[in-house]
Amino acid sequence: MNPPLLQMKGVAKRFTLHHQNGAELSVLHNVDLEVRPGECLVLDGPSGMGKSTLLKLIYANYRATEGRITVAPPGSAPVEVTEASPRELVRLRRESIGYVSQFLRVIPRVSALDVVAEALVEDSGDDPAALEAAREQARAWLTRLRIPERLWALPPATFSGGEQQRVNIARNMIKPRPLMLLDEPTASLDAANTRTVIELIQEAAARGAALVGIFHDAHVGDAVATRRINVGDFRRAA
Amino acid sequence: MNTPLSSSTPLLRVRGVAKRYGDRVALHDASFDLWPGEVLAVVGESGSGKTTLLNAIAARTMPDAGSVEFLGRDGLLQDVHGMSQAQQRLLARTDWGFVHQNAADGLRMDVSAGANVGERLMGLGERHYGRLRCTAEEWLQRVEIDPIRIDDAPRTFSGGMRQRLQIARNLVTQPRLIFMDEPTSGLDVSVQARLLDLMRQLTRQMHLAAIIVTHDLAVARLLAHRMMVMQRGRVVEAGLTDQVLDDPQHPYTQLLVSSVLQP
Repeated sequence: MNPPLLQMKGVAKRFTLHHQNGAELSVLHNVDLEVRPGECLVLDGPSGMGKSTLLKLIYANYRATEGRITVAPPGSAPVEVTEASPRELVRLRRESIGYVSQFLRVIPRVSALDVVAEALVEDSGDDPAALEAAREQARAWLTRLRIPERLWALPPATFSGGEQQRVNIARNMIKPRPLMLLDEPTASLDAANTRTVIELIQEAAARGAALVGIFHDAHVGDAVATRRINVGDFRRAA
Repeated sequence: MNTPLSSSTPLLRVRGVAKRYGDRVALHDASFDLWPGEVLAVVGESGSGKTTLLNAIAARTMPDAGSVEFLGRDGLLQDVHGMSQAQQRLLARTDWGFVHQNAADGLRMDVSAGANVGERLMGLGERHYGRLRCTAEEWLQRVEIDPIRIDDAPRTFSGGMRQRLQIARNLVTQPRLIFMDEPTSGLDVSVQARLLDLMRQLTRQMHLAAIIVTHDLAVARLLAHRMMVMQRGRVVEAGLTDQVLDDPQHPYTQLLVSSVLQP
């Protein structure tokens, strides 16, 4: 069996709210899990249980209060996320972790095509052929996610919620990174686009990516899950 | 194009830098490393020591304690405050850039835009008028100023154009580190967006390291890989930009983040 690409051991997350009389909010406790290449782990549990928090801990968006989070991309040295420097985290994200959130963070003036192509453009080293290849791939992703061609040259700030979400999926899945984190990627999509996203997730797993996802629609979770876990199990007993 | 992590010497190494004005401690024991291509935002309210830190690193003021070392093109770390003033000036107009909050502090307001861009190149010995003019035109285009304005003085430019000209004037020598002191404050929001996008593109294309002092957390989010939060002369929190903004640990950072209006 493949070694795990992601490993969480004894991870806890508590928030200290200094301006609410130092109140402490315990969200996750004793998280132990492993995800291997080719697996899609679906996180279950009612809202407010800490599913998004768990993804943000892996992406190093939140700092773990306790425990270890190790990402071991194939062919490179494992990174201990809780101890890595900002520079190492920037590199880990760029090379190894894709994160699809529900919302696109819009960059002023940048066209939808360039928003999608960005990760590949960063790797192109200003080589004109590589730049054109990056844009060509971005066009293919926009087409597949049914973004009308007339929108490609426009900044997505004025797009509808569903269009922005699809641009965000393309932007974060275009580079085939070994670990993909998905936070409700189909939340405001119609049936056809939801089917496309299911296929994209299945294709990522087939190429050997490890995926961890939260899906509001049960049928999406059912279609992509190779394993499920209830995040409610990581609550501290009251 | 990414510099490998194995390159183990930072571009800039700051250790224990401190500065006091009389009895007042303006800056207390600041230490950090900056790596090639890394953009660091320094945030905090007015009087928190951000600009004092920037000036101490950029050799614009002499710190009372600590050291600032910069990686020369020879691959050796040089003690910035141990250099002669001539060496500091050479560094400041070749490998460094400094973008001021007020464009009038960073430009010659009464000479032409072209001469503003060409000045650093002339300082390095370029005398060929045709080449200087050609480079100036290129740089005006890169910062989205119509080259037809090459002979106009920045006094006739809008605030946003002046800031972009300041950036062109600094980047023409292909520096490796640029300091920016509140580069977008005082500009209209639409003008800010254009400047931010341009700065974002240029730092990436040129693999430029930058230290940006700002009180605007959205500017930090958009441009910076890393953030340092300052309060009363001390660095109270530092880390990855989205980590500091989304999961602030220090009481002051929590206050700062929760005080921002979300549009």
